[in-house]
Formats: sequence, structure tokens, C-alpha cells
Amino acid sequence: MSQTNAHSNTALTGQLERATLEGRNKILGFWLFLGAETVLFGTLFAAYLGLRHQVLDGPTPQELFSLPFVALMTAVLLVSSLTSVLAVQAMHRGNVKVMLRWLIVTVLLGFTFLCLEIYEFNHYVALGHTFSTSAFSSSFYSLVGFHGAHVVIGVVWITLVILQMPRKGLTPVTANKVYVASLYWHYIDVIWVFIFSLVYLLGRVG
Amino acid sequence: MAHSHATHATHANTKKNYTGIMDWITTVDHKKIGILYFGAGLFFFLLAGVEALLLRIQLMFPMNDFVSAQTFNELFTMHGTTMLFLAALPLFYGYMNYIIPLQIGARDVAFPFLNALGLWTFIFGGILLNLSWFLGGAPDGGWTGYPTLSTFNTAHQGMDFYSIGLQIAGIGTLVGAINFLVTIINMRAPGMSFMRLPLFTWATFITSALILFAFTALAIDLIFMTFDRLFSARFFDVAYGGNPILWQHIFWIFGHPEVYILILPAFGIMSEVIPTFSRKRLFGYSSMVFALALIGFLGFMVWAHHMFTVGMGAFANALFAIATMLIAVPTGIKVFNWLLTMWGGSIRFTTASLFAISFVPTFVMGGVTGVMLASAPADYQYHDTYFVVAHFHYVIVGGSVFGIFAALFYWWPKMFGKMLNETLGKWFFWIFSIGFHLTFFVQHFLGLDGMPRRVYTYLPGQGWDLSNLVSSIGAYMMGIGVILLLINVVYTIRKGPDAPADPWDGRTMEWTVSSPSPLYNFKQTPLVRGLDAFWKEKMDGNKGMTPAEPLQPIHMPNGSILPFLMSLGLFIAGFGFIYKDYDFNNALMNGLFNNYIVIYAGLLMLFGSMATRCLIDDPGYYIQPEELKEEEA
Repeated sequence: MSQTNAHSNTALTGQLERATLEGRNKILGFWLFLGAETVLFGTLFAAYLGLRHQVLDGPTPQELFSLPFVALMTAVLLVSSLTSVLAVQAMHRGNVKVMLRWLIVTVLLGFTFLCLEIYEFNHYVALGHTFSTSAFSSSFYSLVGFHGAHVVIGVVWITLVILQMPRKGLTPVTANKVYVASLYWHYIDVIWVFIFSLVYLLGRVG
Repeated sequence: MAHSHATHATHANTKKNYTGIMDWITTVDHKKIGILYFGAGLFFFLLAGVEALLLRIQLMFPMNDFVSAQTFNELFTMHGTTMLFLAALPLFYGYMNYIIPLQIGARDVAFPFLNALGLWTFIFGGILLNLSWFLGGAPDGGWTGYPTLSTFNTAHQGMDFYSIGLQIAGIGTLVGAINFLVTIINMRAPGMSFMRLPLFTWATFITSALILFAFTALAIDLIFMTFDRLFSARFFDVAYGGNPILWQHIFWIFGHPEVYILILPAFGIMSEVIPTFSRKRLFGYSSMVFALALIGFLGFMVWAHHMFTVGMGAFANALFAIATMLIAVPTGIKVFNWLLTMWGGSIRFTTASLFAISFVPTFVMGGVTGVMLASAPADYQYHDTYFVVAHFHYVIVGGSVFGIFAALFYWWPKMFGKMLNETLGKWFFWIFSIGFHLTFFVQHFLGLDGMPRRVYTYLPGQGWDLSNLVSSIGAYMMGIGVILLLINVVYTIRKGPDAPADPWDGRTMEWTVSSPSPLYNFKQTPLVRGLDAFWKEKMDGNKGMTPAEPLQPIHMPNGSILPFLMSLGLFIAGFGFIYKDYDFNNALMNGLFNNYIVIYAGLLMLFGSMATRCLIDDPGYYIQPEELKEEEA
């Protein structure tokens, strides 16, 4: 509880990212931030669920959504979550090389997901499902696009973390950055699971 | 210690020295940030106060033509928006920033950098919102911004300033809340358990939790409005299947917790001021904490009582009516606890305690009208009348603002190192509070007599003339009171006596350090041995706190310009969004705005600063024990 225990007690916990009070603060603060994000996404989901039947003249969810394609996107994103876990595990073993390898894979998968999503949105627009078509389309693009923006930020963020690792090495400061970035990445995945079920699955069957 | 010193030295950086204005815009010191919050909040408070006076001039007589209907709409919208988002909450944030670390025995907040970011986003958001006055007209859809009133007219850009300005300011509020939560959870001094936290710290904790889950809902609602107005989204556009009621639900899911966000810190302040000036410990400490938490929880369950007349049906109305009335129970617990704290105490009538004591009955009046409004069938009569205006001014002025003024006189010596003049202070109290009751008491009856709120004028001979005149006279008295406060501030900053460390015979740890507090707050982290930590030491015959650690180097963060630049980037991008389709009749300006160059420049500034922050670590610096000893000598 004292603020001055900046000395490393890694030997006790084995977790470099929690070695300093600053590190523990950042992890707790980030969890709280994720709590706030949950309300952000919760509100977007609520708006989408409230407006999803207001299709008007635009294409319906049944016409738009292709489950195999979305399943592919889901698989890519979920695997990227696994690779970020493998990166953090490598970090806990102190193996920077393996950690970097898995982080790079994570970024590449995230980038793949983004390419798929851009293709998907382009396809929808071609079908006449634009941002201004109906309340359904506005709320769809807001929810899924908000998630996509999170993926963009995550990809850039993890790239920046990767770039500084070779120079700085594994320290309580950099370990904390890797850990917090991977928390964020998991969170984006969890949100996608809800988007997959409440937007795409429900759109096909509901 | 030699060992730990060596580890420090390996990654210790040198201190960066900034002076003058650069010192203030780069500061990450919670005390300076607190003062900046306070100063900016006071500025916006005066601004919104002037707007209120203009409203009252217009309503002083029937069929008055002091301002036009459009200007009147802009004035009441900006009065409410500014008071709630840019005045009341930042003033509380000022106290929280300065006082919370001192109350829990910490040297700083958990995230000094984020703290500065929160400050500057709030300031730039506030500036953006208020620049609308000079750029074609202020927001005019009410502080609640209901569509379609707020979305149909995209030619008048006021509501764009509202949605984007509040969005930017809201980021600051959210960041500040996370900072306070982590500070209170992780940074408490040894022995400072949760159930020994001073009540103001508890109130900040609960308030921050409410902000975390409420402001985020508003953020999304504002995004919807921005999308509808600027990017032709259809959230609230009925012709395309949109639903204006959606805005109302989301807005009040934010908006009702927001009123508790504004009152809980005042509850915390009262729970500090009343015991100190009654020379008694707070009656029912644990029930006070419990009541705070329960009010915070119930605050999220009652949003639809703002929407009784929307047509949700009898069942929903009954549910929300009962939930609303439930809140009176924990609030009642708090009121009785304050009364019983004063009971048998030796009460000193300073300005701070006068505000605190008069807060109790004033707030109860606002609470009672709240219960009246909560009964859904009766609300059909009160809805959108001056009765509602009277109710929420009794809780927000009689609650929050009285709390702000009590805290102002209570903590001013600690924050600024000067004692405010008590005689002027008491004049201020009497003129302000008499003016307050004159203004708003009669509005209950205006409302019951059917005068609707937000009308720019009214016909004579409806029995509203005298009450409106009285109300306006009361408003001027409040204005005169605030001028007395400003005179007091200017006078004492120039000539006032220096404040001692403990001017009020205080009970909590902020009074153990000098006034104003030193840069590092506590030379040695204190050991907390009970509730009312400082009072406990006084009763045990000690002069100060027992240190919990030997004298050792103190780690301090370095200042940074990045929070300022990030907020400036948001501000510039905000302008870019508002004017992206605007025709300036000027090729250069059109080129910059209509090609989104301004948006990209602002976002580049924001994300460039974030990347800089990510890539370049600043480990801060250390104040060595030798320097601390020199300072003492």
C-alpha cells in the first residue's frame, strides 16, 4: 500500500507487469476503462436492437449477412486472441523473442480481420445498404464500425509496442505495455463474440 | 535504503524545469491541476450565472422584449449546459484533485498524466461549446437536447457545438473518474482502510463510479446526434425508421446518475464541514457510506421518471415512480445523520458552516418536491412547468452550489494559503441564500399555476406577474452575493492573512500539511491509526501524524506538454467536423474545411501525441532526502 515500493518484487509474483505500483495502477485503471467501454458498446447494442427492424426500402439482414464469411472473420479474430495469450505467456517466461513473434502474428491477424471487414462493408454498400439508408443501417454501421475502429487502434497500438521492445527490452514498464495491450485485444474479441451473435446470427434467424 | 536508492538511480531521469505559463500548461501536479479545474469552473460558473441573469431580465415583466425568442432559447440552453457540465462538476473536480490525495495520505494521484489530459480536454471542450456564441449562434435545443428539436435544423450549427463540445469535455470527465477510482483503491497510506476514508473521499469514489458508467452512455448518445446532424444517419429520423425516444432513454440513463454525480460530492463536503464545525465525529459513519452507495446504485434505476408523459404505460410509470421514491430513504438517513452530528456539538458559525447548515433544510425542500414529482399521475400536472425548475434549482443550487461554497470557504486556506474574510463571507452567505429562496420559492407556485418552463415571455393578467418580478429580484441578489465573493477573493489574495496549516481545528489529514501543501504533499507517508486520522493523533496528544516510512527519496513525475497538445488536437478536429460542409465564401477556408484538412490535422496532432507518449518513457525524477532537510531548515 505504500507508494514507495518501487523496488522490484518480481521474484515474489513472477509478473513483471505488476512489479511496480505504477504498473498495478495502470492495470486496474485499464480494467475500469474496459468497464466504461462496456457501457459504450452496451448502448450501441441497445440502439441496434431497438432499431434493427427499421429496414424500410433497404436490404434486410437476411439478404445481407453471409454466415460463412462472418464465421471466417470470427475465426481470424478469435485466433488472434489466442496468439496474444501466447505472447503474454512467453513474456512471463522472459522469452522476448517468442513474445515478439506472437505479437507480430496477432497484429497480422488483426490486419486480416480489418481487410475482411472493409471488403464486407464495401459489399454491403454495393447492395444499397449505406449509412443513411435506414435506422437499421445507421445503427448497424455505428456498432460494427465502432468495433472496427477499436481494432484499428489495437493494431496500431500493438505495432508501436512491438517497435519499442528491441530497443528497451523487457522491463516493468514495457511488460506493462504488452500486458495492457493484450487486455484490450481480448476485450475487442469479447465484443466481437456479442456482435457475431446479436447482429449476424440474430439477423439471419430473428 | 542504500540498495533501493541504487535501483532508483538506474532509471531516474533528470527533472524538467518549466516556468511561467509553460509550467501551468505542462503541469501534472494534482494541486496545480486542482487549481486550474477550480479556476476554469469558476469562470464558467460566472458565465452561466450572467446568462441566468439575462433570462431573468427577460422574464421580469410580461411581454418583455429584452431578448428575442431565439436568443432566449440559446441562453437557457447554454445556462443549463454550462452550469452542469462546465461549472459544477469541474469545481468539484478542483476540490477532489487537491484534497483527495491529501486525505488518503498519497503523494499524487494514480495517473498524473491522465489527470492533466482530463483537465485540458474539459477546458477545450468548454471553450469549443462557448465559441458558438461568436460563430453564428449558441445551442438552442435545451440542455437535454431532445431530437427532433435538436436535429431538424442543420443550418443553425448551435447543436453541433453542443454535441461535439460536450463530447470532448466528457472525455475529460471520464478520464478524471478513472483516475480518482484507482487513486482511492491503490494509493491509500498504510492503515487507511476503506472504512476509515473521510466521507469526501467516499463521495468521490462513488461519484467516480457513477461517472464511469453514466458519461459513457451520454458519449454514445452525442455520437448519434453528431451522426444524424453531420453524416445523415437516421437514429432519430422518424421518416427513416429512427426513434427520438431512443435519445431520451439514453440521455436519462446518463442524466439521472448525472444529478447524483452533482450532489454526492456535496454530501461528502457536508459530511466534512459539519463534523469539523460541530467539533464532533460524524454521526453514523457506516450508514453514511452505505447511503452513498445505495443512492449511487438506485440512481441508475430511475431514469424514466423524466419521461412519465412520454407514454410508456402505467406499469413502467409505476415501477419508476416507486424506485424513485425509494431514494428518499438513504437520503433521509443522511439528513438525520447530519442533524444528529450537530446535536449537542459546539457549533461554530463560520461561512462554511453556515452554508452547510442551511444546506440541510434547503436540500430537504428540493427532495420533498422530488418525491412529489415522482408520483407519476401528479407529474402530468407538473411536467415542463416552473415547478420542475423550482425543484431542480432547490437541489442543485441548494445542494450542489451550497456545497461548492461551503467547500470554497473550508478548503480555500489549504488550496491558496490565504484566509478568506469571514465578515464579507457572511454577507455573501446571507445575500446569496435569501436571493436564492426569493428566486426559486415562488417558482413552485408559478409552476402549479401553469406557467410552462422555457417560454421566452408570457401574457399579463394570468397571476404570474408579481411572482416573476420577485423571482428576478432574487436572481439579482444572488448576483450581488457572488460579486461580494469575488471581492473577497481579490481582497484576500492581495491583503489576506496567511493561512496556518490547520485553521479550522480539522479532523482529516489534509490539515496535517502546510497551506498550501508542499509539492510532494507528505515528506514521509503517514500511518493512519483510526477514523478522522488527524483528530485521533490530536486526542492522543501528538502534534502530527506518525510516519510510516523512513525519510527517503521521493519519486515525482515530470511535466508534459502532450496532454495539452492532445486536447488541442481534439479541439481542432472538432472544428473541422462542425464546418466540414460549411460555405465560408472564401476559397482558402473552404479548401481547408471542406476537404477535411482541418479534421486530419487535428486527429494527426491527437494520435501523434499519443504515439509519442507510447514510444518515449519519462521515468520522472527524485527529490533527495538532503533537499527535504534543507527545505525544513
